[in-house]
Amino acid sequence: MSQPDAAAVPSRSGAAIDAAAARGAAALVGYLPVGFPDVDTSIAAARAMVAEGVDVVELGLPYSDPGMDGEVIQDAVQQALDAGTRTRHVLRAVEEVAATGAAVLVMSYWNPILRYGVERFSRDLAAAGGAGLITPDLIPDEAGEWLAASDAHGLDRVFLVAPSSTPERLKRTAAACRGFVYAASTMGVTGARAAVGARAEELVAATRAAGAERVCVGLGVSNGAQAHEIARYADGVIVGSALVRTLKRADGDGRAAIGDLRALVADLASGVQR
Amino acid sequence: MSAQPPSTPAGAPGVEASAAESLAAVTGPYFGEFGGRFVPEALVAALDELDAAWSAAKDDPGFVAELDHLHRTYTGRPSIITEVPRFAAHAGGARIILKREDLNHTGSHKINNVLGQALLTRRIGKTRVIAETGAGQHGVATATAAALMDLECTIYMGEEDTRRQALNVARMRLLGATVVSVTTGSRTLKDAINEAFRDWVTNVESTNYVFGTVAGPHPFPSMVRDLQKIIGIEARQQVLDLTGRLPDAVAACVGGGSNAIGIFHAFLDDPGVRLVGFEAGGEGVDTPRHAATITSGSAGVLHGARSYMLQDEDGQTMESHSISAGLDYPGVGPEHSWLSMIGRAEYRPVTDAEAMEAFRLLCRTEGIIPAIESAHALAGALVLGRELGPDSVILVNLSGRGDKDVATAAEWFDLLDGKGVTA
Repeated sequence: MSQPDAAAVPSRSGAAIDAAAARGAAALVGYLPVGFPDVDTSIAAARAMVAEGVDVVELGLPYSDPGMDGEVIQDAVQQALDAGTRTRHVLRAVEEVAATGAAVLVMSYWNPILRYGVERFSRDLAAAGGAGLITPDLIPDEAGEWLAASDAHGLDRVFLVAPSSTPERLKRTAAACRGFVYAASTMGVTGARAAVGARAEELVAATRAAGAERVCVGLGVSNGAQAHEIARYADGVIVGSALVRTLKRADGDGRAAIGDLRALVADLASGVQR
Repeated sequence: MSAQPPSTPAGAPGVEASAAESLAAVTGPYFGEFGGRFVPEALVAALDELDAAWSAAKDDPGFVAELDHLHRTYTGRPSIITEVPRFAAHAGGARIILKREDLNHTGSHKINNVLGQALLTRRIGKTRVIAETGAGQHGVATATAAALMDLECTIYMGEEDTRRQALNVARMRLLGATVVSVTTGSRTLKDAINEAFRDWVTNVESTNYVFGTVAGPHPFPSMVRDLQKIIGIEARQQVLDLTGRLPDAVAACVGGGSNAIGIFHAFLDDPGVRLVGFEAGGEGVDTPRHAATITSGSAGVLHGARSYMLQDEDGQTMESHSISAGLDYPGVGPEHSWLSMIGRAEYRPVTDAEAMEAFRLLCRTEGIIPAIESAHALAGALVLGRELGPDSVILVNLSGRGDKDVATAAEWFDLLDGKGVTA
């Protein structure tokens, strides 16, 4: 597979992580699915996250079969789909959130991208001001078309590594990523946990040793104290389910939900200070 | 008759140049443009382990002998064939021969696959198995093998299906399995598979995923095929012994496609034998309520492999429908997609009503109650017989028995208020 030097194309998410490092912090990467609880609120919530200190926004493209996600995100994306969220809404959300100046990645399972057309999605994502894609069920081995399209459109490509990844696979994945490598802290699905897996620190070290320029840690992070712990050894801290949960207020009060979200982001943003 | 199958496209991934003449020699990860591994990185190590373990086991005389022993002394293999002339009288004079997988222990072909994978689980030192199930046949088979081999067992089943197939839930529990009712998404088989993958990624160190069909990421399509191809190997010889020739056509129902690939595989390199898969046409392929993935789906990625699937314009999986829970799946194994694309096998829809008519006919004419899944293949054979004409020979995979379907059939035929079925 012909693969130009990934470092030759500048990385928007990489630049955001480097800027955080320059001010003495790990980058804070925040995930929300587009369309939950509705498209406009999800966009407002993502913009609020940026205002409170999220460096890289991860916008989830809702998918009918989210095999890597735990209950909180499963429920949120199902609700988004039931309410009629489509791929075009995600591109609109990218445009409106990228207008804040934050690096915006789309997190998507592979089939919706394949269906849209890998080249066409890459073109439209770049045109919307998006930084790139995180692909939880696409491994570099199967990503030939995406490697080419992301090079052509200057997009970041974030693949995952896991505690079960062999040194050879860490090397292959690190070489294929642009922006950062997403290190899954634990063997499992998304969801806030009381403690982040002890294997996360080892995995970050092994991924760096395999050649990764930047490594961010996700899965299970839910508060500033956990973020602080991870910020000691990782380039960025990825938070998803805990943020989504703030938008699930039983009383359905959207404004209060975004208030809860802001408070959590503020806690996390202070946590990532080294 | 169908044309000679085209040879495998040159340079297709996964196709060895030396094997290009033999369709049966093609094996994963890719079948033409289909197959592969679209999975979280966290599962790659386990899939690699399984792939290596299966490659070693299938050529290990000790493993082969152990599986063969189980087949003979536990499953009841070889399964017999039965010619069904009274049924075939409705098929234009064709001869119809059934491969009796319904007589296997646990009532379907699923046991062939499960015993192999359970042995493999022990071989790689894991102590727990998980599986998905739709109708419950694969779940019952897995729970059975787990009981036999002293493995902990958890079965994921959509909440919808636990209600439709309550008896099978009880059966699995009797065998010592934990049955988890899946309440996410459409609460059916596809969601049970999602939940099983989530369990696997979390517990992969102790747990093996015993996948039930020839779909999913590599090595499942090849491994499950390898374990099911005994159906066709036996049947090919049995038909030769009975009739002195190969059948004109082989018919099987296709959900994920494991019984179909199992009986097709031995005939892939017999170009004179038509291979016809019958998909669940539900209420009709011109309605949204069907599960005819190859007939009316499009290529996409579902549950770890690229294959045909039912999806909307945004790539969201569409809900399937079939009266038969075992065919009610919006995807299909990649080898079938490939066999369809190269023209070696054909796939046609059979509606709920057509399947139930064939179900009734086999009961009344031959005293065999088929699984509703298999009744789709029977309905297809009636049509094929009329097409192929008198004296043609059609081999049908009777993949399972209908005990589990008695409640559904009683409701369909309105038997519960004493009206009965009119012949």
